[in-house]
Amino acid sequence: MENEAGALSRVAGLFSARGYNIESLTVAPTEDPSMSRMTLVTRGSEEIIEQITKQLNKLIDVIKLQDLTEGTHIEREMLLIKVRAMNSGREEVMRLTDIFRGSIIDVTEQSFTIEITGASEKLDAFIEALDKDLIIETVRSGVTGIARGEKSLRV
Amino acid sequence: MELTGAEILVRFLKDEGVRHVFGYPGGAVLHIYDALYKQDKVEHILVRHEQGATHAADGYARATGKPGVALVTSGPGATNAVTGIATAYMDSVPMVVITGQVPTNLIGNDAFQEVDSVGITRPCVKHNFLVKRVEDLAITLKRAFYIATTGRPGPVVVDVPKDVTAAKTNYVYPRKVEIRSYKPVTKGHIGQIKRAVKLMLSAERPMIYTGGGVVLGGGSKLLTEMTRLLGFPITNTLMGLGAYPGTDKQFLGMLGMHGTYEANMAMHHCDVLIAIGARFDDRVTGNIEKFCSKAKIIHVDIDPSSISKNVRVDIPIVGTVEQVLQDMLRILKEKKREPNKAALKSWWKQIEEWRRTECLKYEPSDEVIKPQYVLESLYKVTRGNAYVTSDVGQHQMWAAQFYKFSKPYRWINSGGLGTMGFGLPAAMGAQIAHPRSTVACVTGEGSIQMCIQELATCLQYGLPIKIITLNNRFLGMVRQWQEFFYEGRYAMSYMESLPDFVKLAESYGHVGMRIEDPADVTPALKEAMGMKKRLVFMDFVTDQTENVYPMIPAGAGLNEMILV
Ligand SMILES: Cc1cc2nc3c(=O)[nH]c(=O)nc-3n(C[C@H](O)[C@H](O)[C@H](O)COP(=O)(O)OP(=O)(O)OC[C@H]3O[C@@H](n4cnc5c(N)ncnc54)[C@H](O)[C@@H]3O)c2cc1C
Ligand SMILES: Cc1ncc(C[n+]2csc(CCOP(=O)(O)OP(=O)(O)O)c2C)c(N)n1
Ligand SMILES: [Mg+2]
Repeated sequence: MENEAGALSRVAGLFSARGYNIESLTVAPTEDPSMSRMTLVTRGSEEIIEQITKQLNKLIDVIKLQDLTEGTHIEREMLLIKVRAMNSGREEVMRLTDIFRGSIIDVTEQSFTIEITGASEKLDAFIEALDKDLIIETVRSGVTGIARGEKSLRV
Repeated sequence: MELTGAEILVRFLKDEGVRHVFGYPGGAVLHIYDALYKQDKVEHILVRHEQGATHAADGYARATGKPGVALVTSGPGATNAVTGIATAYMDSVPMVVITGQVPTNLIGNDAFQEVDSVGITRPCVKHNFLVKRVEDLAITLKRAFYIATTGRPGPVVVDVPKDVTAAKTNYVYPRKVEIRSYKPVTKGHIGQIKRAVKLMLSAERPMIYTGGGVVLGGGSKLLTEMTRLLGFPITNTLMGLGAYPGTDKQFLGMLGMHGTYEANMAMHHCDVLIAIGARFDDRVTGNIEKFCSKAKIIHVDIDPSSISKNVRVDIPIVGTVEQVLQDMLRILKEKKREPNKAALKSWWKQIEEWRRTECLKYEPSDEVIKPQYVLESLYKVTRGNAYVTSDVGQHQMWAAQFYKFSKPYRWINSGGLGTMGFGLPAAMGAQIAHPRSTVACVTGEGSIQMCIQELATCLQYGLPIKIITLNNRFLGMVRQWQEFFYEGRYAMSYMESLPDFVKLAESYGHVGMRIEDPADVTPALKEAMGMKKRLVFMDFVTDQTENVYPMIPAGAGLNEMILV
């Protein structure tokens, strides 16, 4: 999309006005600073997805749109999670973080902050694997995605 | 040459070919008004309420096909304009609305007369802009006109902060505009068009269903040519009336909720439906499950999101009516293949049978004025040549049914939003665009009161509009629904305490007439039409109990009409 003030609210407004649901949305400028790339995750029947696609294309600020699920693609999401980690618990959390190929990026006497990137299901699984009582805070980036292979979204 | 933003704006309008701007001044747009004052190329029409400005600009656009322009101040000026913007949006009318805004350094400060105009109008515009630097002003205005008038037309708002109108920069009229993210398609896919023609020619019970897109896209001539060539029956939506001659024998009248029996029955039974510039609105389809269930559907529309939105179609064609019809006609003529004549003949026989129900027939009376009769007389007295605007309600439906529009741009009404108050200001726009033509505003005693203040504008600019009020002392359309679906509990639909419209018209400096006797209807209309220079407010006291028929009740199919 055009990297314009208001472009994001046009997308968000479209979804709320037409009763579509946004599961997650990420957006940031691209290597060409006049453009932003947004990855939006939504759900619906084939007809609804078709309408969403057409309605988004109609927005003047949308330059190009691709339904990543039409081809093979890669989805990634990042999770930052702060957990209580004391005494023997620390070992356990470190081991789990290793298994999920995460990294501990901040440490205090009482806690770890862990970063994990991957498909959303992997992040879900990590959270599942932790003892609920240990979790202090979580934040997820929302999904970003890209097509596999040569296929690309370019203007 | 260095000009102020205000001067650039006015110069731009002139260079863009804008002759008229409908507006109302206020603090944030004072620089612009000053620039307007110092020139005489762009004429400013001072309305009496900003809703009037947007409806008038809208009426101007609908009567000409050119974009209408409105200018309002920030805050309340902008909020008052919103109804008119939404009205134009729903009916895809090209319009540019310039709203003043508080100075850039005050935006977001809850400044005096500040509203987030871009935010408020976002859901009811094709696009909108906030101009932050005077250097961007001219090109933004150019983009606004380009977006408003191309593709599926629509209103565009340009919000201009006061300091931007004071700042100076060089001005060159931007002749060209390129928007990388906006490239409307014009030509339809030729393969699809060929498939469509083939299907059309194979049809046994074809039906052409066209809408506002044909009027908006200037496709009326081509549509008429193709329909005559094929010999197919045709119906128009409320927005499409006039695109095909209303008096032609192939024309079955309007379809939909208050459409004719023959049009709706033909829709229901057709085997190939050719939809052109129409959007399958719920007032047209009735119950979607039962809609044209036997038909293969071809749909031509400029906007992909109109296609297969409500009804799945078999052959979608994205393109302008003009381009696609040209291609279709060319292929039809090259092929020299004829439609299925024998099948068509028995299809027409069936249609004539439906026609014989004479669904629009009403009980004439010489005691009380029948609203339908007023419209029949209006049609005769104006020989079908008037620009007719309307408000919203029963009178609107009767106008659509009884005034046989034969040219595009003549029928101007709010279909999508159904905005009461639209009729009079829209008539002002039409009259300003066509100063020597007859412009009639068909309205109800309810609707006319919603923008009655514009009578003053009409006097100031000498607009000789003929206001045809069908005064049934009821919010008639509401009353009708209450009669049918709420066992006659007429909650708040009786219009009490009506003003004396004759005196009211006179106090605004116009001519007022009250007509109570059916025998006076035609003579009064003739007399009014004879007053070429005066606005005449005609208050027809009509039958209070009359209902609009046919009617398709909610949830019913097109073949399940209430006839009387
Ligand atoms: C009280 C009331 C009762 C009503 N009853 C009825 C009724 O009985 N029957 C009825 O028909 N309507 C009725 N309406 C109107 C109804 O609500 C809709 O406004 C109307 O049916 C829509 O008309 P349309 O399909 O022609 O679409 P429009 O709103 O005119 O849309 C035009 C379509 O054409 C497309 N288009 C635009 N330009 C071009 C181009 N250049 N080339 C190709 N395509 C183009 C657009 O993308 C759009 O899809 C009623 C309204 C009111 C207020
Ligand atoms: C601004 C607005 N408010 C409410 C309505 C709902 N409404 C639709 S028709 C109608 C009655 C219109 O009455 P009148 O103008 O007298 O016309 P009639 O139906 O009697 O011919 C109303 C209230 C509307 N369409 N627009
Ligand atoms: Mg009334």
